[in-house]
Amino acid sequence: MDEFKTPLLDELEKGDWPSFVSEIKKAAKTSPGAADLLRQLELSYKEKVGHWKHGGIVGVRGYGGGVVGRYSDVPEEFPHVREFHTARVNQVAGFFYTAEKLRQLADVWDKYGSGLYNMHGSTGDIILLGTTTENLQPCVDELSDIGFDLGGSGGAMRTLSCCVGKARCEKACIDSTDIIRDLTMHYQDVIHRPQWPYKFKIKVSACPNDCAAASARSDLAVMGVWRDALRIDQEAVREYIAKGFKINEQVVNKCPTEALSWDAEKQELNVCTEECTRCMHCINVMPKAISIGKETGATLLIGGKVPVVKGPMIGWVLVPFMKMEPPYTELKDLVDKITDWWADNAKNRERVGELIERVGLANFLEVIGLKPVPQMVKAPRHNPYIFWNPEEVEKRG
Amino acid sequence: MARTDFGPPDFREMLPPVIKENYGQWKYHTVPRPGVLKHVSYSGAVLHSVRVASPRLVSSDFIRDISDIAEKYCDGFLRFTTRNNVEFLVSDEAKLQPLIDELDAKDYLIGGVGLSISNIVHTQGWIHCKSAVTDASGISKNIMEDLKDYFTGKIKVPSRLRIAVACCVNMCGACHCSDISIVGIHRTIPRVNDELASKICEIPTTIAACPTGAIRPNPKAKSVTINSEKCMMCGNCTAVCPAIKIMDPVNDGVSIWVGGKLSNSRKAPMFSKLAIPFIPNNPPYWPEVTDAVRHLVEVWASHAREGERMGEWIERIGWERFFKLTDLPFTNKHIDDFTHATTTFRSSTQFKF
Ligand code: SF4
Ligand code: SF4
Repeated sequence: MDEFKTPLLDELEKGDWPSFVSEIKKAAKTSPGAADLLRQLELSYKEKVGHWKHGGIVGVRGYGGGVVGRYSDVPEEFPHVREFHTARVNQVAGFFYTAEKLRQLADVWDKYGSGLYNMHGSTGDIILLGTTTENLQPCVDELSDIGFDLGGSGGAMRTLSCCVGKARCEKACIDSTDIIRDLTMHYQDVIHRPQWPYKFKIKVSACPNDCAAASARSDLAVMGVWRDALRIDQEAVREYIAKGFKINEQVVNKCPTEALSWDAEKQELNVCTEECTRCMHCINVMPKAISIGKETGATLLIGGKVPVVKGPMIGWVLVPFMKMEPPYTELKDLVDKITDWWADNAKNRERVGELIERVGLANFLEVIGLKPVPQMVKAPRHNPYIFWNPEEVEKRG
Repeated sequence: MARTDFGPPDFREMLPPVIKENYGQWKYHTVPRPGVLKHVSYSGAVLHSVRVASPRLVSSDFIRDISDIAEKYCDGFLRFTTRNNVEFLVSDEAKLQPLIDELDAKDYLIGGVGLSISNIVHTQGWIHCKSAVTDASGISKNIMEDLKDYFTGKIKVPSRLRIAVACCVNMCGACHCSDISIVGIHRTIPRVNDELASKICEIPTTIAACPTGAIRPNPKAKSVTINSEKCMMCGNCTAVCPAIKIMDPVNDGVSIWVGGKLSNSRKAPMFSKLAIPFIPNNPPYWPEVTDAVRHLVEVWASHAREGERMGEWIERIGWERFFKLTDLPFTNKHIDDFTHATTTFRSSTQFKF
């Protein structure tokens, strides 16, 4: 324990929850970078301040991003983190791996980097944490030999990500892993070569439970929905009830739209499809008896983002329903229209949601050619300051 | 020239046969024991997934270890969750108990499924981010150590509870929509190093980067000045100009936000709202943060109805009651004064005393 002289961090090796400090120490056995990372972190714990600084831009051949420069501000003390860059490696859709693939990755990263990873980063990439400028290129070359490509950074389409989807979820309305795979391959250029005012994120959740955090964490959220009736297996409902399930208390009374009713006489659960807003509650609590409808597609939401710059946003409904069938041409066309308009009109570091807020949703709809529908708003305007185009009013003599 | 733009490995090559055969055919799932999911297909096929905690920041040793385990019990197939847990995908039911036994023997924590507190989604912190106000990994480790019985299912909760930690107000990681979020904040305005700024700072970009218009040119010094009355300490300017520094070890710390959610389940998604404006950084244990989080969890767990997320519970009882039940002080910091502030003011006599 003494070998690194990190008494504060050593405290965080105690207990049952897996310790990141122990992980750094494991890597530090063979990586001087990981060892200095640990020592520099101890200094941060002592001084209560970070020790990374702005630095030069790093890059690899053929890419405009995907690697992010990181430099220590105390390099004399910790020379092995003088340069400690990140490679963002595009994860497998749905975060599925084989042991073989992961071992190949570890072999390359042990050879060229710190042997430390984030599985996974906030956007979804595998984050390879810490290497030198010199090692970046050979590392990326060897990653390419084992089939791993870089993700996005800077003013680019960022690495796309999604929930587990049809691979292992009964609620999946759309094929989230396939959509991500298809879009990722289609948008390689804008992912790898930043050409936009800021980042643009797309995430796909296959149902309104939104396990991929799409509506809050992506500029364009694709969320699986259905628009016919949810399916009820009455036999299975009765089985729940036979086991003591309180259908009125746990499901009918909790349906936010009062769409459900329990016919005690017929022992039947009924749904009024026009009222159901697909809130998922009944499906979540009675998974064996209630399932998603058959006419599936996606609701698209635009503008989700974290606070930078003008405050946090959760995406707004842009398209209430779009069919999602490969090759997803309608979706791609819309993405292109949105990103073209945004790239032309946004200020530096202005996300698409902020630009829409600045110019107005109605104006945005007009430029991308979407018709306003009530599903887009919680309520119509409550102020009288309506704009009229000259074409919309009679000419006065 | 090396090849470019070939994309990530195809997920289809990473799927166990049982998933390939039942893709899109899953009928339902159950949770036979904490941390284990049992998915049943319309074909009758069954897949078990065993979920274990991960510190997210992992070593090659960890990667190799989970790979070995996956090889032994899962024909090599495993995945990660959106909350950074590891899932072992077991096709052969006979291998389920032996897998669990080995995971237990190796001190992996099994849990994080269904009505539980799952892994924290968090950011880099002092480990690797240049704008980190605190260490997200350290705070997360302490909180989860304290709440591990909620992860493993030893203690039940009314509903799932999502915790996120972000080391600055950029709030990477869904902090604006989590049941409880911990966010690093500054309390003092940035300092400008005029000499450095005159050399390296792109003045117009820096001025434009400030959302409140707090930055003015300082032509005499060929630098900029910051108006303390307008600055809201967001740190945007420091991201564009390296001569502006905002770190302040004495005054930086964390804030705690509650009641956000992302799922559309029952109620629409909600933003997290301010509960505690400031707690000082106190590494390595951040005891005040851990205590505050536990307190919030316990008050919610003892008052919420079955299935009620933190935000749904607060909406039902009202924020005035929330502050009373939690015994947290309500201060001028809790009243919004940014872009959408007025949408949070009350225009009704319907409130509780
Ligand atoms: S999905 Fe939600 S809104 Fe629709 S019937 Fe079920 S509980 Fe009601
Ligand atoms: S910290 Fe934010 S508000 Fe303050 S000067 Fe910098 S950009 Fe403006």
